[in-house]
Amino acid sequence: MAVETTTRAKLRWGLLDVLVVVFALIPVLWIASLSFKTPATLTDGNFIPREWTLDNYKTIFDTDQFVRALINSIGIALIATLIAVVLGAMAAYAISRLDFPGKKLLVGVSLLIAMFPQVSLVSPLFEIERQLKIFDTWPGLILPYITFALPLAIYTLSAFFKQIPWDLEKAAKMDGATQGQAFRRVIAPLAAPGLFTTAILVFIFCWNDFLFAITLTSTERARTVPVALSFFTGESQFEDPTGAICAAAVVITVPIILFVLFFQRRIVSGLTSGAVKG
Amino acid sequence: MSADTVEKSTTPTVPTQRGGRRKPPLSENKKAERKLGLLLCAPAALVMILVTAYPIIYSVWLSLQRFDLRFPDQREFIGLDNYVTVLTNEFWWTAFGVTMLITVVTVAVELVLGMGLAIIMHRTLVGRGLVRTSALIPYGIVTVVAAFSWRYAWTPGTGYLANLFSDGAPLTERASSLAIIMLAEIWKTTPFMALLLMAGLALVPEDLLKAASTDGATAWQKFTKVMLPVMKPAILVALLFRTLDAFRVFDNIFVLTAGGNETSSVSMLAYNNLIRGLNLGIGSTMSVLIFITVAIIAFIFVKLFGTAAPGSDDSERR
Amino acid sequence: MADIVLDKVSKSFPDGTVAVQDVDLEIADGEFVILVGPSGCGKSTTLNMIAGLEDISSGELRIAGQRVNDKAPRDRDIAMVFQSYALYPNMTVRENMAFPLRLAKLDKETINRKVDEAAKVLELTSLLDRKPANLSGGQRQRVAMGRAIVRQPKAFLMDEPLSNLDAKLRVQMRTVVSRLQKQLGTTTVYVTHDQTEAMTLGDRVVIMRGGAVQQVGPPQELYDHPRNLFVAGFIGSPSMNFLHAAVQDGGLHTALGEVPLGDRVRRELESADAPRELILGIRPEHFEDAELVDDDTRRRGMEFEAPVDIVESMGSDKYVYFTVEGEKASAAELEELAADAGAADFAGAGGNLVTRLSAESTVAEGQTRRVWFNLEKIHLFDPGTGRNLTLHEGRAAGALAD
Ligand SMILES: Nc1ncnc2c1ncn2[C@@H]1O[C@H](COP(=O)(O)OP(=O)(O)OP(=O)(O)O)[C@@H](O)[C@H]1O
Ligand SMILES: [Mg+2]
Repeated sequence: MAVETTTRAKLRWGLLDVLVVVFALIPVLWIASLSFKTPATLTDGNFIPREWTLDNYKTIFDTDQFVRALINSIGIALIATLIAVVLGAMAAYAISRLDFPGKKLLVGVSLLIAMFPQVSLVSPLFEIERQLKIFDTWPGLILPYITFALPLAIYTLSAFFKQIPWDLEKAAKMDGATQGQAFRRVIAPLAAPGLFTTAILVFIFCWNDFLFAITLTSTERARTVPVALSFFTGESQFEDPTGAICAAAVVITVPIILFVLFFQRRIVSGLTSGAVKG
Repeated sequence: MSADTVEKSTTPTVPTQRGGRRKPPLSENKKAERKLGLLLCAPAALVMILVTAYPIIYSVWLSLQRFDLRFPDQREFIGLDNYVTVLTNEFWWTAFGVTMLITVVTVAVELVLGMGLAIIMHRTLVGRGLVRTSALIPYGIVTVVAAFSWRYAWTPGTGYLANLFSDGAPLTERASSLAIIMLAEIWKTTPFMALLLMAGLALVPEDLLKAASTDGATAWQKFTKVMLPVMKPAILVALLFRTLDAFRVFDNIFVLTAGGNETSSVSMLAYNNLIRGLNLGIGSTMSVLIFITVAIIAFIFVKLFGTAAPGSDDSERR
Repeated sequence: MADIVLDKVSKSFPDGTVAVQDVDLEIADGEFVILVGPSGCGKSTTLNMIAGLEDISSGELRIAGQRVNDKAPRDRDIAMVFQSYALYPNMTVRENMAFPLRLAKLDKETINRKVDEAAKVLELTSLLDRKPANLSGGQRQRVAMGRAIVRQPKAFLMDEPLSNLDAKLRVQMRTVVSRLQKQLGTTTVYVTHDQTEAMTLGDRVVIMRGGAVQQVGPPQELYDHPRNLFVAGFIGSPSMNFLHAAVQDGGLHTALGEVPLGDRVRRELESADAPRELILGIRPEHFEDAELVDDDTRRRGMEFEAPVDIVESMGSDKYVYFTVEGEKASAAELEELAADAGAADFAGAGGNLVTRLSAESTVAEGQTRRVWFNLEKIHLFDPGTGRNLTLHEGRAAGALAD
């Protein structure tokens, strides 16, 4: 009897699981499907392509518009991630390990920024960046990305740092290590997973942004893929850009899917540790 | 790489035993710790403040001027005129209403769905990894990509959903457009809500649920009487974050309707005034108004519900 | 190997807490010294100062005759075993034990040889390639010990190293620690909460209270000749019984009857500022079933009658709890001890008398029984200062001493 109920329970949970998976994946599969359709079958409304083609991908990699945007996206997201994680790690170390005035203030400020309406920054930043001549450049986007990624980085990392058994640092010192050695050989290996997780979260954040990218750029110089997508016109005015847009969309979705597939556990722990007291 | 940087800067933490010239070693030590703390936080704090505080003040200043980039010569200080213009403008109030509607509906639906998803992710007997992985995909996907997917899904001729309702082109009508925008938002952010709630669920002691079962509680009673009270802080934090986040809705509207058929949110409107209209004065006024609204919402949450900000406790340091 | 000298060492934390105050302690080369005291009395802080993990606020610390106040831990050549073991989770057992040697830049062969030797001593050889996460509590503890002994430091510091083990393992590891220390002859400072560890392990025991040293000496001496109420109550399990005693006509009025006083104590009580109320302390084993006492012994003590509350037969002897009427003994020290022991363990000052009688006693619950106790083993304390009035030149002499 017990077996029966567990089988039934399993079946019920399995059904729910399927529901979740379908709900989560359909839009992604749909856009992937569109990206493989030929122009002729593009409008057939069929979920599975009748004729498969890679032409859409060829098209986008042939146009400078997309390749340039992809380079911008990657470069900007990587640099912003690197800086945000480094600065965030420094601040998080201080918050979780040291006692200093203004600690609460810093935590409060980063919380405020996490909730800040980004659109409120759009007009002043637009004007300030024009004056500073960084409008429509990489730094012009990297700067706001760092700013809004920092609270995320600080929360996630302080939660990670608080879990590190700092007794180990003392133990290392007793074993004859200098502060530097204690950090490099004992603490850093323990902190690395936290840094890595944070980097993924921050990267996803930067990769995802649309508002700053569309307001603080005006040409291909710094335009990132999400923005380029919305400006896609196809090769000639009369060509339907749908296939190309979908192909480009799939390309920028691939890294995210890979992250999620390989680091699911870490992403979950990173997101939740930052949000819940810990 | 990042580790190296941290290390270099942490090196001085050593409660330096060397150097006998120090008089009171304690205060020195303490001072060094304070100094290091401030030093480590300074770059992060500086960036955050320079990129937010200064611009917001600057935008207050801009909002008090007539400043249209198409007519730069007419720039002048006009006091609160811009505010009067915006606040008496029906477009603003329509956008405000749309934003509020989207915020309230999506957050409410997400709370329910997110709770369900959280319970599934937390308790499912089979395929937990699979569920968690798939649930993370909407969270990670670029919003614009998802928005395009929805757009093509509902576009007549292209989409598999367009013919779901008989009347043809859902994205050309206001009510259905708003519904689709909300659907897209909900799809994208429910997983995040669910993850926050799941963290709260993990705090519910298993023994407590067992005790409730033996006391004869039904599943629903267990949920409302045992789980919800324990999860309350997590729920409030999740609600606060999602409410403020929902209020910023922009990407989905931009791609799905471009603000047509009176589906603009306040962010969309501010963007249009700024980039399309190049009117910095009006754009900044809207920025300031949005900032104030968000501040009020956050204030209400904290005061009314006593939402404890995550990390606001400066708990044990060792 | 070296001696360790603490000379008026004090520690105050930035928030104003004075954790350790003017501690004087000389630990001889090769000696095994135990630090005990209630929670928060400054044991860990003292140990950390010796280790160099905390700054010394004032006073001097000398290791092997050399002032080391300003030396970093790495320059003191001391090994420490932590309560949490503090094993490096990313390293195997072998790497953990080799870590201090690698930092000391020894060559590979020497490192391997020393690690293997230490592993053999601690029976860790088969575990060398495991990660700490895959070890049991006792095994982790041994790895922590191993990491301390491999580099043959001048001294070992151990902060409650066995407190995370279950009772059985603790007994087992206690003998391991003891054997190891004797074998290596390394100066050791050992912090513990545990009575038995304090009594059995060390050459000398240091009892601390509120950051100050109360008494230092071999375990038996502290047990027999406690200098004050705190030490008397802290050492011994079950603890000493404390009764209220009023000074009356050259004797003491107590719940156990009128206790006569010898000349020496009486003289002491005659001075003008002497207390009129005392606390009488007597250990459980100094009671006996009156029926079993021979005449010779009987003369050295006195008898009283009381109802039997509970009898716990231990086989070798019986713990018998009596209810006694009368005022309760009260002093700051007693409250502190009760708080630390968690009341249950410390029956000392209640209306209950704990006695340890011979196994032959026919005592049964519910009876009223005649009990004898030894007046020569009585301690009298001044409730105000806690001082043991029966102590003469460091030795307790009972109530009757002349
Ligand atoms: N960093 C610190 N700042 C302020 N006070 C401290 C600090 N560390 C310890 N103390 C205080 O110093 C006193 C002594 O602490 P210590 O850790 O030495 O106690 P302990 O005897 O080891 O206690 P336990 O048996 O509980 O381990 C305590 O009152 C403690 O609160
Ligand atoms: Mg301690």
